Amino acid sequence: MVRISVQTEDFDAGAELTQMRLAHPEVGALVSFVGQVRDLNDGAMVSGMHLEHYPGMTEKALAAIANKAMQRWEFADALVIHRYGDLKPLDQIVLVVVASAHRQTAFAACEFIMDYLKTEAPFWKKESTPEGERWVDAKEVDEAAKNRWNR
Amino acid sequence: MSLIKVFYFARLKESLNYSTEEIELPSDIETIAELKVLLAQRGETWANLFSDKQTVRAAINHTLVDNDARIKSGDEVAFFPPVTGG
Repeated sequence: MVRISVQTEDFDAGAELTQMRLAHPEVGALVSFVGQVRDLNDGAMVSGMHLEHYPGMTEKALAAIANKAMQRWEFADALVIHRYGDLKPLDQIVLVVVASAHRQTAFAACEFIMDYLKTEAPFWKKESTPEGERWVDAKEVDEAAKNRWNR
Repeated sequence: MSLIKVFYFARLKESLNYSTEEIELPSDIETIAELKVLLAQRGETWANLFSDKQTVRAAINHTLVDNDARIKSGDEVAFFPPVTGG
């Protein structure tokens, strides 16, 4: 069972964790990741960010990633919330929660989901800096992080 | 007649100044790689985007695909830069 949400609204990570925890008495471990907008990237001050996505594909891609993780580790539950639209520094971008009987699985699956999300989910960031707007370039290091799961 | 729908995102959408179009696929265009070659012939902007100077990723019917993926009539094809979410 996996829940995916692609939304403009903010989320309450604490409330999501509590809700998932209380739904699963068989679960002993919850691991979460929260991503937020930084005010500094590639040497420039970032005053805001626009996140574009591919409606229709995004939800499908995120569900495929979470299900791939679930096939590999057989954990109890997962949640992925990703925002799009206009964001500013300190805004939350993404929440991933994995609930499992034991911690090793929850840690690994959460990291796996983030590594795949970074390289396969159709989102694109455009930053506002003092020099103007610029598209954020994809990073080699993210591709490498994903590929280590296939070794 | 092989009609497909094509979407462009992010930097591509901005450079081309539009986000979607319908293309009637010539019979000799069967793969993503071949469609990229066809698009690159449309002019300088297109050539810059689609002639391998920069990485352009593709999806068919909402699934990421490689350059050798085959396109069929009615498909929704999308072109975009490497993703940067998270």
